[in-house]
Amino acid sequence: MSTPNIPMEKIIEKKPYFKYLRLNKMPTIWCPGCGIGQAFRATCMALDELGIPNDKVAMVSGIGCSSRTPGYFDGFTLHTTHGRAPTFATGLKLARPELTTIVFTGDGDALAIGGNHFIHAARRNIDLTVVLINNWIYGMTGGQVSPTTPTGSYATTTPYGNYEPQFDIAKLAIAAGATYVARGTAYHAMELKKLIMDGIKHKGFSLIEVLSPCTIVYGRKNRMSIEEMYFWFKENTIPVKAWEKLPEEKRAGKIPRGVLYHDDSRPEYTELYWNKVKELSGGEK
Amino acid sequence: MAKLELKYGNHACAEAAIIAGCRFYAGYPITPSSEIAEKMAELLPKYGGVFIQMEDEIAAMGATVGGSFAGLKSMTATSGPGFSLKQENLGYAFMVEAPCVVVNVQRGGPSTGLPTQPGQQEIMQSLWGTHGDKLIPVFYPGNVQEIMEETIRAFNWAERLRTPVVLLLDEVLGHMRETVDMEQFASDKVEIWDRKMPDVPPEEYLPYKPGEDDVPAIAPYGTPGYRGHATGLHHDYTGFPTTDPETCQELIDRLIRKVKNRQPELEKNEEYKLDDAEIAIVTFGTTARAAKTAVDLAREKGIKVGLLRVITIWPSPEETLNKLAKSVKAILVPELNMGQYVLEVERCAKGEAPVYRLNRANGKIIYPHEILAKIEEIAKGGK
Ligand SMILES: Cc1ncc(C[n+]2csc(CCOP(=O)(O)OP(=O)(O)O)c2C)c(N)n1
Ligand code: SF4
Repeated sequence: MSTPNIPMEKIIEKKPYFKYLRLNKMPTIWCPGCGIGQAFRATCMALDELGIPNDKVAMVSGIGCSSRTPGYFDGFTLHTTHGRAPTFATGLKLARPELTTIVFTGDGDALAIGGNHFIHAARRNIDLTVVLINNWIYGMTGGQVSPTTPTGSYATTTPYGNYEPQFDIAKLAIAAGATYVARGTAYHAMELKKLIMDGIKHKGFSLIEVLSPCTIVYGRKNRMSIEEMYFWFKENTIPVKAWEKLPEEKRAGKIPRGVLYHDDSRPEYTELYWNKVKELSGGEK
Repeated sequence: MAKLELKYGNHACAEAAIIAGCRFYAGYPITPSSEIAEKMAELLPKYGGVFIQMEDEIAAMGATVGGSFAGLKSMTATSGPGFSLKQENLGYAFMVEAPCVVVNVQRGGPSTGLPTQPGQQEIMQSLWGTHGDKLIPVFYPGNVQEIMEETIRAFNWAERLRTPVVLLLDEVLGHMRETVDMEQFASDKVEIWDRKMPDVPPEEYLPYKPGEDDVPAIAPYGTPGYRGHATGLHHDYTGFPTTDPETCQELIDRLIRKVKNRQPELEKNEEYKLDDAEIAIVTFGTTARAAKTAVDLAREKGIKVGLLRVITIWPSPEETLNKLAKSVKAILVPELNMGQYVLEVERCAKGEAPVYRLNRANGKIIYPHEILAKIEEIAKGGK
């Protein structure tokens, strides 16, 4: 792929987060309007604002459209097996605690095949930042049902509508032991950046669930246009503070967004581990 | 001066891993391999290394690759069903060229099978387990001293070839105590290999550009400037996905070739009374111990029998087996399975000698007198 003719320094001057992009790998494989790009941009902006250099970031993913993100990220990147990203990331983080380690994943990847790894990484409270693209569907494999597909929605494997209940990812993560849990959307791009920033800053397991439209596959199956999908997020998500004040009957169908849970008191896993090593090995690493 | 110590098989494996420089272990408990994890849990923190018990074997294999990419010599150990679970990520390790050692202390299968009893039933799974074409070296020691030697050799080849290596044991080896001469493992005696690091500046670093030995240099993740991408997808020298047929074929050719070309160096067998043998026994691990006694018993009866104990079971010692087939009247392959490595022996013998089998998969070892009986039958021209 050809790189744009504008010199890199000029681009980075205007948009400093561009320094995290592997521009020569562009264009991305994502469909027009897909929300993954928004989440990726928010992640790069968050890193930039936190001033974390490329050489200090590892990004690990599994398999799916969302999991293609590390290929476009100019850091230490691993595109692994379906659902297993948290395991590779755990190994990497334990061995190199100094790296900011981000897991980029999808709803099918993280919660179906990878459900077990997801909850155990949360339970350990290991310092990973998980950006989970919840697009309610299996995008990469062409639109099969996912553990987060809304009940009643159509997918290629639910031609009569989905009759399974949805996972509430945030509640699942909190129950499993995650210490920072937030929900954003691809529509609320700047808010999303802030949520990811706080997630990266947080020392412990952070989950940022990103409601994101799969414009082509989910949209087509459920007769929603790109615009309708973005507007759906605008209309149906409410900042968590406002949501908490809503009476029960008005909450139906609405989704809270923002920081849903934050606990700074629990010890982080790599720190616990390495303190023990220092004690046992007499300080050597 | 010999420095003799009594050692438990699985513990010997763990201790040898530490000597080899292993500083990362991720595992999930399963009999009869668990004592490796337990020993590593005790030792690694003292040596400044990482031990973690993961949620399952899939996770353990994933974390092992993560540790390896971070630059640590990494290992995982398991048995039977756990080895099956590791297969997908083992294939990933092969594809991204993550050096690591995967130990499988075999028990009886299939399924949960016979958890506390020996088997040699994962020969084929070790050779062909994960999907797609690959060549992962497989070593199979025959006593506790050798568990230590082979563990170190497994780490050395893993690092040198930038590949996963499988170390096969069986329940008997894992759970036996034997005297080990620790002298040869003293730090000034033991040879340790480390992975090749890039010798070019970061701008020129291509994480999948092979050297003349077909092995690419690898910079640990986190090394400033030496950023890289790894994917289980087919990829080019940069590490990025490609579907270009030529590049894809070249990648698989190279991954297989880098191991295959080292076959002469990798080859390791023990020959016992083969010089004048008319019948050869070919086997490995625990079964080879019984076979050795059977050779002596047969010799007492005047039957000329010898033993080829295969230690590097994969890539196969093709020429050695072919030459052997040409020099004897018959070959016997006893195994604690229903006939797996015998297929390799048949392939390599190329019809030069008839190949007989002795198989068992009920959790009981094969005893010397049973092998002797089979030899007598073969010597008489029977089956
Ligand atoms: C072991 C295994 N099973 C199945 C697949 C096929 N597969 C690839 S991506 C995918 C689903 C991805 O869905 P999701 O995580 O929601 O990501 P999206 O593509 O929607 O971003 C599946 C089932 C695979 N690659 N590996
Ligand atoms: S299939 Fe859906 S999730 Fe995948 S890139 Fe296209 S729009 Fe995005």
